[in-house]
Amino acid sequence: MSESDKTPVTVLTGYLGAGKTTLLNRILSEPHGKRYAVIVNEFGEIGIDNELVVGADEEVFEMNNGCICCTVRGDLIRIIEGLMKRKGKFDAIIVETTGLADPAPVAQTFFVDEDVRARARLDAVVTVADAKWLAARLRDAPEAKNQIAFADVIILNKVDLVTPAELAEVEARIRAINPYARLHKATKCDVAISEVLERRAFDLDRILDIEPEFLHVDDHDHHDHDHGHGHHHHGLKHFHDEEMQSVSARLDGDLDPNKFMPWINALTQEQGPKILRCKGIVSLKDDPKRFVFQGVHMMLDGEPQRDWKAGEKRESKVVFIGRDLDEDEIRRGFLACAA
Amino acid sequence: MAENSLTQHVASLEAGEHVIAAAFLSDEPALALANGAIRLGDRNVAAHPQGAILCAALDGDRLLTGGDDGRVVATSPDGATQMIGDEKGKWIDAIAAREGALAWSAGKIVRARDAKGIVKTWTAPTSARGLAFLPKGYRVAAAHYNGVSLWFPNADAAPQVMEWKGSHLDATVSPDGRFLVTSMQENALHGWRLGDGRNMRMTGYPGKTRSVSWSHDGHWLATSGAEACVVWPFKEKDGPMGKAPRECGVRPHRITQVAFHPRALVVAVGYADGLVLLCRLGDAAEILVRDSAPDEGAISALAWDKTGARLLFGTDAGRAGLLTLPA
Repeated sequence: MSESDKTPVTVLTGYLGAGKTTLLNRILSEPHGKRYAVIVNEFGEIGIDNELVVGADEEVFEMNNGCICCTVRGDLIRIIEGLMKRKGKFDAIIVETTGLADPAPVAQTFFVDEDVRARARLDAVVTVADAKWLAARLRDAPEAKNQIAFADVIILNKVDLVTPAELAEVEARIRAINPYARLHKATKCDVAISEVLERRAFDLDRILDIEPEFLHVDDHDHHDHDHGHGHHHHGLKHFHDEEMQSVSARLDGDLDPNKFMPWINALTQEQGPKILRCKGIVSLKDDPKRFVFQGVHMMLDGEPQRDWKAGEKRESKVVFIGRDLDEDEIRRGFLACAA
Repeated sequence: MAENSLTQHVASLEAGEHVIAAAFLSDEPALALANGAIRLGDRNVAAHPQGAILCAALDGDRLLTGGDDGRVVATSPDGATQMIGDEKGKWIDAIAAREGALAWSAGKIVRARDAKGIVKTWTAPTSARGLAFLPKGYRVAAAHYNGVSLWFPNADAAPQVMEWKGSHLDATVSPDGRFLVTSMQENALHGWRLGDGRNMRMTGYPGKTRSVSWSHDGHWLATSGAEACVVWPFKEKDGPMGKAPRECGVRPHRITQVAFHPRALVVAVGYADGLVLLCRLGDAAEILVRDSAPDEGAISALAWDKTGARLLFGTDAGRAGLLTLPA
């Protein structure tokens, strides 16, 4: 089965009260003509009748492979297996996690289980955050920090309840942890559905560049204008999160595959529990193709992607988001892989 | 392969939907389908009109099905259906039956219903993904995370737990009741000798084993999940411990379904590419039942009738066929 035939799965996370259910109801009630199978933890909050709604128990278990961070969602394996018997009855799957959930076991399920992987693909981890309370939760709730660190898309919700200064601060705190996610400011989760679904964030073919998102012009963000605090991201205050950081490294020219592959494997094996997400586009010596990879904790997925274009600068970039990462050691290790 | 082929003895059947299970009700071939219907001969029985069938078990001439509509339904050879359980929309994950009794699970809830219709309930520590009756007494084995619980529905005592770390999927008990075997998330089988709880690991599968079948004499366990049908010896008192399994039907395609003949040491083997073979255990002789047809789906159900004269198969793309062995 080709990647495009696989059913896309969007994972919706967010701390208690951030607005996950609001977002879910918004997705389901828009006239998009798509049918969703929704995996939820509590019935009754979703006001849509004609969708396939499945209750889940968030049963996380450790794989028997000697790797302590290799946890998966057993209930999700079972539910996806069951849903696939109804193939053709829905177009995509949305998994809503509980507010205290760690997104890693959900994501790792898609790396580990061969049957799930054969039929479904992880599309993106979308995190809804409460603009008023997120800063406090980042201090006292490790789950909230995990959810931000893990996200491909962050919906900073309830921006109407904070001052421009508070908003700037919470945005900067998010960026201190995860500068790479797409961030949308919203009121009642009013973001375009196309910004939430079909992101293909885990699709190696779609990893085109690795740049902090705030360097991009965020032209989708209509709230900037509504609330009169646009463009402040150019003047973002810099925060440093004591615990969770992103580390990036860049090198002009090629890497030696015989050095880089062992290094990235050893790094993710040894520091897997600390590394939440990683991503890279690298230039391997004598290889006409870009090599792209991404991972979750110890799980790595990588393959040669498109050719380097004529005139394109061959360079290598890697990025790690995690807890207590040793920035200098990672950078040194990476630079030592130069061809 | 012409002289070793039975393909001309196969009648094609109309399924039209992913075939979840195959069985014979009296003499009538029955296919449990993903759209909630049971194709019984040339009739359609709406066993789960609002849902999909997720699991099925045969008990005598009744086909018991569990659906994502939360219902447990018994279908008789005349096409009559009876709702036996209703978990209010919770998916029925597993079902097992023996001599008028049945058991089903929905998440952590495990229920057993005896032949008189008395239902007992037990809550498993985590979701019970596989169920099997022990051959003697009224006792249910329920596979869950980190082991299997052996539950006496009519006793107040806590179930005996056979522990082994990991996620256990399907459960099966040898016909003589000496061995309990589960399939696991980690592409392995795990077994226990019930007499003393001794553990046995059966590993080396490239994929998960989701279909197993005991030989009629109970001496062999055929398993899916590899590019050969792996058959483990259970005759000796140590079962397969320290012994190599037999392999038959070696092809470059994953085996998805296995079904031992009810009277002979012949196993029907179904593959991901839709091919079906009969393999004789003694000399590994092979006879073709259905040729490869990758566009028509993987074999998802296989069943012999009681005498072993007919073999019913179905695929996950809605194809099905009935082999009648030449007299």
